[in-house]
Order: sequence, then C-alpha cells, then structure tokens
Amino acid sequence: MSEAVKNAQKRGQPIRNVSITDITMNYKQPPSAIVSILHRISGFVLFLFLPFLLYLFEQSIRSEISFAHFAGIVSHPFAKIVLLGLSWGYLHHFCAGIRHLFMDNHMALDKDAAQRTARYVLIVSLVLTLLVALKLFGVF
Amino acid sequence: MATPNNIGQRRLVVGAHYGMRDWLAQRVTAIVMVVFTVILLVSFLTGQNFTYEGWAGLFARQWFKLFTMVTFFGLFYHVWVGIRDIWMDYVKPVGIRLTLQIATVLWLLACAAWTVQILWSV
Repeated sequence: MSEAVKNAQKRGQPIRNVSITDITMNYKQPPSAIVSILHRISGFVLFLFLPFLLYLFEQSIRSEISFAHFAGIVSHPFAKIVLLGLSWGYLHHFCAGIRHLFMDNHMALDKDAAQRTARYVLIVSLVLTLLVALKLFGVF
Repeated sequence: MATPNNIGQRRLVVGAHYGMRDWLAQRVTAIVMVVFTVILLVSFLTGQNFTYEGWAGLFARQWFKLFTMVTFFGLFYHVWVGIRDIWMDYVKPVGIRLTLQIATVLWLLACAAWTVQILWSV
C-alpha cells in the first residue's frame, strides 16, 4: 500500500484517503461491510469484557454460596441488558465466523451470494439473540 | 541482470511466514468453539430451573472439564490473532503497538491460568 502511495506521488497523482466520515456518512455500506465491521467490533468488545465474564463464570461454578452471589448479579435488569448485548456480540461473531468458514471453502463468493449470506448472518444472529432475551427475561 | 524467479519481479516477499499458521489456528479454534457454543446454547435455551447442582455438575465431569479447558485455550489463541490484527491495523507507532501486543499476550496467559483455576475449583 505504502509502495503504491509512493509511486503515485512520484507520478504526481493526488492521493486522497477515504476518511472516516466518508465511510460512516457518505457511502452506502452493503450488508457484507456491516457484517464485517460488526465482526471486528464484537470481537474487540468481547475481549474487553473477558474479565467480567470469567468472573461471572467463577462465581457461578465455585460453590453454592458463590452461585447465589452470581444469581444475584445476573438477576439485576442492568446486568441482564449488558449480558444481552454481549450475547448479541457473541452470536453475531459466531454467525459471521461460520460465514467465513464457508467462504474459505469457496462457497458463496460472488457478489450477490455474499450479500445474501451477509443478510442471513444479521438476521440469524438477531433471531438467536431474541431467543436468549426471551429466556433471560423468563418468558419461556 | 535479473535472476530467474517464479514469483514475478514486482512482488516483494516479506514476513516471518506465520500468517498461514495463525490463519489456520483461528479457523480450527473457531470450529472447537462452535461445538462448545452449540452445546451450551442448547442446554441454556432448553433448560428449566437452573440450580447450582445441575450447572456445576456439568463441569464436574472430567471430559467436560477438559473440553472446556481446550475450548478456552483455543479461544485465547483466537483472541490473540484477532486483537493483534486490530493493533496492526489501527495503531501506527511501533512502540505503542508493541506494548499493546505484549500486554495482550501477558493478559491472555493470565486468563488461561485463571480458567484452569476456575475449572479445577469444582
């Protein structure tokens, strides 16, 4: 990339990088681009929440007393919303990752198929998150 | 002047050749996590009256303990590959990037030890 930039400068061609406002405001993002950036954001957010999740896992498993403590934390509505957000992140990352595995095997690589599977990823991960939400808030 | 080579004259070959290994490791660990996730998600969505006995009993079994440990270790490797990509893409100053990468590795190693401690406490 930097090689290409240097060569273009040598030839006197103007260089214009795509700015963050171009990406977020001016260009329409296809479903595959949305899936891609959400894959990255969800992965990073899950990394940041790793200590919180390990702590909850530890509390849930160590003893009967710590399990009661765990149950107290996760029954709080705010904690439920945080966990639901993380569940969506995880499930999106999960579905987008499976899409990657298919593409690694040369499936659904052309433009139309890739946009279609990107839509499936968004829909399936939201449906799974809805199921988790209904379970989390005690509907079934 | 040009010595014969089969990769073309304009291509620059760089890197320490860990790209393929990390790429593959990310996929293999992903598949392990898919299996683990499906097991836990199905038992969460179909389960009723979650009790400590039921939950801890799952992890008290030796095979599930080992499976969980392998999945988590795979997860930490997977996290390393992904977070390293993020630092490489967005953090340009080499010193800061190296610091973040080292911190990520050390942190994930600590998480791996913590996971073992958690799993073998039940």
